[in-house]
Amino acid sequence: MSDAETSDEFEPVEVFPEAESGGMDLRSGADDCYKCSTCDSECPVAAVDDDFPGPKFQGPEQWRLKRKGDQDIDDSVMNCSNCMRCDSACPSDVPLSQMHNTARGTFVENRMEKFSREYVRNRILSNYGTLAWFGSKAPRLANAVMSSSVVQTINEKVMGITAEREFPEFAEQTFRAWWEERGGARVQSDEKRVAYFHGCYSNYNTPEVGKAMVRVFEEFGYEVMVPPQKCSGTPMFANGMLPDARRAAETNVAELSTAIEDGADVIASCTSCSLSLRQEYPELFDLEGIEDVSAHTYEALEYLRIHEDLSGALAESEVDSRKFAYHAPCHARNQGLAGQALELLEGVEGAEAEDVGDSCSGISGTYGWKTEKYDTSMKIGAEMFHHMEDAEPDAGMTECPTCAMQMEHGTGYEIRHPLQVVEDALLG
Amino acid sequence: MAIEDDVLVIGGGLAGATAAIAAARGGAAVRLVTYKENTLRNASGLIDVLGYHGSDEPIAEPFEAIPDLPDEHPYRKVGVDAVRESLALFDEITEDFYEGSHTETNALSPTYGGRVKPTSRYPASAAAGLASRLEETLLVGFETVTTFDAPLAAERLDSSVPFDVRGVTIPFPGDYRADARITRLAGALDADDVLDRQRRIGTREVLAARVAEHLGNAERVGFPAILGDHEPREVRESLESELGVPVFEVPMGPPSLPGMRLEDRLERALDEEGVRVEAGNPVVGYDEDDGRITAAYVDRGRRRVPYHAEQVVLATGGLVGKGIDSDREGVTEPVFDCHVPQSEDRYEWFHDEVFDDQPYARFGVRVDEDLRPLSSNGKPEFANLRATGAVLGDYDLAREKSGSGVSLSTGLVAGRRASEDLQHNE
Repeated sequence: MSDAETSDEFEPVEVFPEAESGGMDLRSGADDCYKCSTCDSECPVAAVDDDFPGPKFQGPEQWRLKRKGDQDIDDSVMNCSNCMRCDSACPSDVPLSQMHNTARGTFVENRMEKFSREYVRNRILSNYGTLAWFGSKAPRLANAVMSSSVVQTINEKVMGITAEREFPEFAEQTFRAWWEERGGARVQSDEKRVAYFHGCYSNYNTPEVGKAMVRVFEEFGYEVMVPPQKCSGTPMFANGMLPDARRAAETNVAELSTAIEDGADVIASCTSCSLSLRQEYPELFDLEGIEDVSAHTYEALEYLRIHEDLSGALAESEVDSRKFAYHAPCHARNQGLAGQALELLEGVEGAEAEDVGDSCSGISGTYGWKTEKYDTSMKIGAEMFHHMEDAEPDAGMTECPTCAMQMEHGTGYEIRHPLQVVEDALLG
Repeated sequence: MAIEDDVLVIGGGLAGATAAIAAARGGAAVRLVTYKENTLRNASGLIDVLGYHGSDEPIAEPFEAIPDLPDEHPYRKVGVDAVRESLALFDEITEDFYEGSHTETNALSPTYGGRVKPTSRYPASAAAGLASRLEETLLVGFETVTTFDAPLAAERLDSSVPFDVRGVTIPFPGDYRADARITRLAGALDADDVLDRQRRIGTREVLAARVAEHLGNAERVGFPAILGDHEPREVRESLESELGVPVFEVPMGPPSLPGMRLEDRLERALDEEGVRVEAGNPVVGYDEDDGRITAAYVDRGRRRVPYHAEQVVLATGGLVGKGIDSDREGVTEPVFDCHVPQSEDRYEWFHDEVFDDQPYARFGVRVDEDLRPLSSNGKPEFANLRATGAVLGDYDLAREKSGSGVSLSTGLVAGRRASEDLQHNE
């Protein structure tokens, strides 16, 4: 019994032609969702917040509802922390975070009062780089001011920025100032060149991470360039401030494209920065050279692992005996880098690293700084704190600056970047 | 040549994990790369070997039935002893988490649809529900857990088993959204969230009290499989002590907690065996030299990174896991483009009746006795590639109820042979 004789009567046609607009049509994403709910079961916010409908609704279901025209974006999209774990969970390649970012941008543009406290606060938080630039002009004064209880109370009461957290200290000297004082690159090479995207935090708060990057790459014979740059946009995406993110992206793409033309690959030490340049840029903006920047961007240790015998070099090194409790940031996980630091440290004499589990740290950049999100943030982080206490380390370790804040805030441990540990091992 | 291992396993489900563990035990340095969350979350958590073959009657003795399967079936390639050994490995990895190893006879577990499924191993949490225990049964569903209709399941079961089954639907204790996720409810049972501060009564106690009203003469109580995410044993024991009768979980569809708990166990076992696990990026291509794969390329977003290995195991899953892909032109294996036998005419891929023996359900790569995928000319595609689990063709896991057993046994053999070939090359 075959239907072959009817086959010439029925010719299937393309029902949904591919979008001509260059990948911003999310229809196929909505169609690819087969409702298995894997994303919902992986969502850290949904796990602790009853009122959060979860990524399956925020993405494909809300996108469909919007086709009806008069349906507004649900305000719960602002409770998504942009950890993007749903992206790495989805077995059907639904572009969930792209849908969330797009929906959040639309919500902020159409439905948020531009004079509301929430909007102003979110705008300040998501432009942390600007805030830090002011702070870096007089770091001691800024540190004193930001940590004073008066200012913290004002932040809490007036701005909605939690007083529970210790404001990160500005460095005495920014990374860029150090770079300039040093006279720039100490290794010249036409073959091996990298452009360092330090992001805001390594520049203003933890220049030691940036210095470790420079020294480790120079040890392997790379010429390091430090092009002019703005924030990667991660906190802006998370707050739906897409126009701000686009402005920053225009600068970054132009500057990094120039570096790529000079033969450099782009290196980030912060996993959210590398993820933004790699994934969110081409997903959200259509700028000349943006695909190139995405294709040439790497996380620092990832790059050395691919292009150099990093594990071989580390096998001959040793450090003072220390045990680290390692947390893989969600955004490292998204790039497939969750196991990398542990694997590299396996070969370092003296260093021991224990994975503190695959939960989210809960801070998600600016999310855990908001008064109304603080409790949720700490609930999400509880599992990680618990594992850290159990591991009884000498220090914590993670690639992400805000995960590091959360780890320190929840456990009191000092937190290191894997690059710093690699620097210790290779250069003593 | 930065990323280099003896054995590269592609895929992180039951088959991939088993292959990686077996290769590591053979002394190989093993790396497992997996793209997204695996399909264990869609799996009931039951470990079946063979439930049906050639008739609608469930098979009682799966190991005795294996030699009757067609020559092309994966079980015939690895042989019945490998199936036994792989279950022994599974028992060792899962320890007291699973039951059923005391006999080779199939157990019959109730399902959320009100049927019974023949299975070789079952989570300890499902043990009290087996149909072989002829005890009057109460099934309890929750208003917000719409994937389990307890009265309907009970009615169906009651008509096919020799004991009475009743079903009730009650509200889950506490104040949750109408569409609260089951992980949320499981978490509340784990934490035993306090509901009555003054009398210090927790979620478990309130739940037991609500069920007790309906208990009657029931000698056991079944719930949808949401009794705890991290502490299933503790949650079950609390409910049992409150109710005074055994409590069991009915295996569910996605997202499946028993599947996720099994995933955690496998992750732990991989870690203990020293397998390096990398998740998040797909394998999209390979380098080849003289009929051997020399490197597999992992796609890290607009760039391809080579992973070098001497032996490669393909464990990417079937149509659901996307290890097998299809479009209007044909059915393919997307990573190494291995041959997938199929009819030229698309209208011969299926039969009209949904529950007929569907040809498409058997689509997958065909392998030799050594589990090496065969090209259309019947020769191995590559000398150092083996395939395992649902990416294999020539069997219908949904119809036969053989998915777990095929993944375990082909995984064990593929991993073991991969590590043996290394020593052979030295």
